[in-house]
Amino acid sequence: MLVSRTLRLSEVHVGDELPPLTKHPTTRQLVQYAGASGDFYEIHYEKPFAEAAGLPGVILHGLLKAGWLGELVQTWAGPNAFVRHIEASYRGIDQPGRPYVLGGRVVSTEASTDSDGSGVVELELWGQDETGRRTTIGKARVELEA
Amino acid sequence: MRRRRRRHSQRKFGKRVATLEEAVAEGQRHVGMTGPANSRVIEAGAIRRFVEALGDSNPLYTDPEYARQTRWGGIIAPPTFLCTIQAPLTLPDLGFGRVNLNGGNSYKWHRPVRPGDVITAQATLVEVRGAQSSSGVLLILVREIRYTDQDGRLVAEGRSTGLRR
Repeated sequence: MLVSRTLRLSEVHVGDELPPLTKHPTTRQLVQYAGASGDFYEIHYEKPFAEAAGLPGVILHGLLKAGWLGELVQTWAGPNAFVRHIEASYRGIDQPGRPYVLGGRVVSTEASTDSDGSGVVELELWGQDETGRRTTIGKARVELEA
Repeated sequence: MRRRRRRHSQRKFGKRVATLEEAVAEGQRHVGMTGPANSRVIEAGAIRRFVEALGDSNPLYTDPEYARQTRWGGIIAPPTFLCTIQAPLTLPDLGFGRVNLNGGNSYKWHRPVRPGDVITAQATLVEVRGAQSSSGVLLILVREIRYTDQDGRLVAEGRSTGLRR
């Protein structure tokens, strides 16, 4: 398989938007994520438990949404980019059966002091539900090569 | 609002229920508490199951031939894979709220994680406070997690904000 291109610092500009990533989470996926991550808290797959806890139904794992932010960033930047930092703040709950869209924008670029053309890009990130409400707000720092 | 929830909790669980102020005061006594270190060998199969669960088809995480041609020279784990290594931190029951929600996660990586690494995770309680949100009062517990490798080097630092309401 041909290796995808990795972005160069010179190709990235403040204000650039990342191609959005749309997910269609299902309860099945939440069970799969529970198994793969080891987070078996029942609010993510057992409706009566979630309702007894005061939730409208089962909800997405916060770290599933953070994982999607990671996917968004690494897919955009390419395989040789090194994701240095990701931060995600969950501002609302999200439920399966509804599309979820991850997006991001370049907020700064900084050339490394080695003057070899490499450097660090800072991104603002978000995840929004079908109504456009941003229930995840985040940021990332990514290292790009020359 | 708070009184109504307290009555509900008492009826449901029949145990001592704390006010937010009491829970914060009790929780703050445990700030600085560190949980046991938990080590895990990173397996390619676990990485594959994790990216399948995300629905992330990037071959960098699953295809050795592909990954060999990248700067990493082999498969790496996706950024948030570290969350699969539990960092237990058992606090006494603070008697507040009936559900734990994840308020946020942050990771700083010093290098990617690879199959064969032995990663040790260890959590410390760094902050306990109360807050008012649109959905009522919240008890906030912040943990920091250090991830070190088989050589004792720091691989990543995590920070997670738990909300109890």
